Amino acid sequence: MAYSIKINGTMHEVDVDADTPLLWVLRDVLGMTGTKFGCGQALCGACTVHVDGAATRSCITTVDAIGDSAVTTIEAIGGTPQGKALQQAWLALEVVQCGYCQSGQIMSAAALLQDTPKPTDDDIDAAMSGNVCRCGTYQRIRSAIHKAAA
Amino acid sequence: MSDGSHTRRGFLNAGAAVGGGLALAIALPPALRPALAAEAGFAPNAFIRIDRQGLVTLVMPMAEMGQGTYTAHAMLLAEELEVGLDQVRLEHSPANDALYANPMLHVQTTGLSSSVRAFWTPLRQAGAAARLLLVAAAAKQWGVDPATLKARHGAVTDGKRSLGYGALADLAATLQAPDPATVALKDPKDFTLIGTPAKRLDTPDKVNGKAEYGIDVRLPGMKVAAIAISPVRGGSPKVVDEAAALAVKGVRQVVKTDEAVAVVADHLGAAKKGLEAAAVQWDDGPNATVGSADIVRALEEESKRPGVIARNDGDVAEALAGAAQRLEAIYQVPFLAHAAMEPMNCTVHVRKDGCDIWVGTQAPTLTQAVVAGLLGLPKERVQVHNHLIGGGFGRRLEADGTLTAVKVAQQVDGPVKVVWSREEDIQHDMYRPYYYDRLSAGLDAQGRPVAWTHRIAGSSVVARYIPPLFKDGYDFDAVECAAEPPYAFPAIHVDYVRVEPQGVATAFWRGVGPVHNVFVVESFLDELAAAAKQDPVAYRKALLGHNPRALAVLTLAAEKAGWGTPLPQGQGRGISVQFAFGSYLSQVAEVEVAADGSVRVRHIVCAVDCGLAVNPDTIEAQIQGGTLFGLTAALHGAITFKDGRVEQSNFDTYLPMRIDEVPVIETHLVRSAEAPGGLGEAATAIVSPAVTNAIFAATGKRIRTLPIDPGQLKA
Repeated sequence: MAYSIKINGTMHEVDVDADTPLLWVLRDVLGMTGTKFGCGQALCGACTVHVDGAATRSCITTVDAIGDSAVTTIEAIGGTPQGKALQQAWLALEVVQCGYCQSGQIMSAAALLQDTPKPTDDDIDAAMSGNVCRCGTYQRIRSAIHKAAA
Repeated sequence: MSDGSHTRRGFLNAGAAVGGGLALAIALPPALRPALAAEAGFAPNAFIRIDRQGLVTLVMPMAEMGQGTYTAHAMLLAEELEVGLDQVRLEHSPANDALYANPMLHVQTTGLSSSVRAFWTPLRQAGAAARLLLVAAAAKQWGVDPATLKARHGAVTDGKRSLGYGALADLAATLQAPDPATVALKDPKDFTLIGTPAKRLDTPDKVNGKAEYGIDVRLPGMKVAAIAISPVRGGSPKVVDEAAALAVKGVRQVVKTDEAVAVVADHLGAAKKGLEAAAVQWDDGPNATVGSADIVRALEEESKRPGVIARNDGDVAEALAGAAQRLEAIYQVPFLAHAAMEPMNCTVHVRKDGCDIWVGTQAPTLTQAVVAGLLGLPKERVQVHNHLIGGGFGRRLEADGTLTAVKVAQQVDGPVKVVWSREEDIQHDMYRPYYYDRLSAGLDAQGRPVAWTHRIAGSSVVARYIPPLFKDGYDFDAVECAAEPPYAFPAIHVDYVRVEPQGVATAFWRGVGPVHNVFVVESFLDELAAAAKQDPVAYRKALLGHNPRALAVLTLAAEKAGWGTPLPQGQGRGISVQFAFGSYLSQVAEVEVAADGSVRVRHIVCAVDCGLAVNPDTIEAQIQGGTLFGLTAALHGAITFKDGRVEQSNFDTYLPMRIDEVPVIETHLVRSAEAPGGLGEAATAIVSPAVTNAIFAATGKRIRTLPIDPGQLKA
């Protein structure tokens, strides 16, 4: 059936089954490929988006669960102060290697900074340990979050 | 980044291949030059294009998978071309061995930590040759001696006047190119870019979702497909409920191949739901009983017989017989999956007269060749559109996934993107081989080694992947860092027994031969030091007198790590040293082992001598990332088989390290003017023995099998 969902401030109509994961609506139906597929089971965080500001794994969030909530993706996170600061810190410290997980890393970090403007290392561990990076950029991710929060 | 094969047409075919590798010098027939100039401006070689507006396009011969090659290669070109990195745009190269073959590997393949080593000279020559033409064009235009002119930041100047490269492009394109082998290259003291921590060129688009990986390809009329491959290698689909799959909204087609079932749909949500509804049942085929225990038993048995000799210096039998002390040990390392973050995927459009492939690959020409073979097409009818790779680690050296996707696409009208689930990715990997090693050593009365033997048993990836290099049973990769350890042993014997596991495909994995052998050699050497009751650092130093660069990194790592300073109970330090991929590394790991046997790696210090450092910031990143890739495997990594099936499936059973588990990694670079060494894999190889030697220091327990089993370390 058809769903109206608000993504990055714009309403979109999509005609898919109710149990379709938001991830595939974003990537395949709407063509917003910045949000990545990594595991399909909420084990890696590559697909992280914000639903009403909360970091959410879009691979297990079905489209019918979105309702009137506002979805924000990596394509628009630079429009928030936290997202912009994180993107700048990510580049200043050259966090990124292959980059595939970094959309999700930045989305998780942005949600962290919205709730906790000056996170401790323990806060970062708690908020970011759901996001896997196989290139091993964690040390720089931690530094970049601190830098963005400074 | 754009795809070169769309825009480069005649230019690409025109470049000359010199010595089977480098394409340099304008090789166009003069008659074609005006057309080329009109279309593409100045294109002095396969790596550089400058249009009339001065836009500099650099074509990247090797694949970018996070290791920073696109930035390093751009730096090599830009240093000599005299352009700023802010003035260039990058393009993926098309599949073309004649133009883009890796000069070390003789094929257009990104691997063996070779990208900087292999292209260090040729890309600087390509940049210099192009700059000379631009300077010559300016000299001609101004009627002056080229020696009076300088090129800087994309322009040629005589001190008063200046002409941008764009304004010189047409004239430069008409001039005779110099022989690249004879052009003078800058003295390293004059480098302005090489050696600086220049900003990466691929990362701005990776923080805002714009970067396009293979999995992000979108084409008009494209469908997407979810795939299930036989869970047992060599099996095939037996029962498929097509009607149930087709009943799912958005599903368009169900495709069966010899090994797989794919459900083609409008989006992957529908495709995955359709695939589940198809409830595929399998005919398992001949490998239905394959199990890890049998594989290991076969290795154990086969490793009892002599192998092909990789090294035999001195008389080990005599030296062992006369030794004051003898040691023997068996070491084992498991099958490993690559588990790159970007799951396997490939987009294919098969037509009667050709085929297009959109994929991120470390081996575009291999991919092109095997697809052409499958489809019975000439190679040039298969276009490989390469992409940024979301983690390679060796997985994308293989074209198996592309072939699987092509078999699906053959039955689909129009382009189709086939995407593996994480479970399919992990369970249909081609795995780092399980190795089973037997070692022995003899010590004299002072504890010095007098004999060292090392037998390696396991699959040969080289025999399958590069058959011409597999000679008489000798596999250079399987024995790398074992046959030539950094230490001086009076007698050494190293041999290799090839044992292919039934029903398991093996492949290169980040760190290749060294990642297995450095663990074994550095662990067993630590055993020798312990048997000699000597400090592990001092013991190694005594064996490295002939090897100053190895000795220097060892000394630096030990010093920076505070080697010898006291640690609390339950903690320990371990050291390792290696020479691999042209670089010297030494690591000290500091670990803490809890009463329940769980291991926490607290801190790692890494000393690196990789020769001249092209981009020190990328080197540090590769040390951090490579270390964590190896450490993840040492702590958690194992692929096991039961009833022909892989027992692990996703990140809950094949565990990645996460941010709350990783140690701080300190990198210390040795300043060096030696030619650059490779670094993408070096740290992956060195970390596990540093950690297991530290565990020994903390607990007195020797880890000889990976991954580390906390059960073995319980107090």
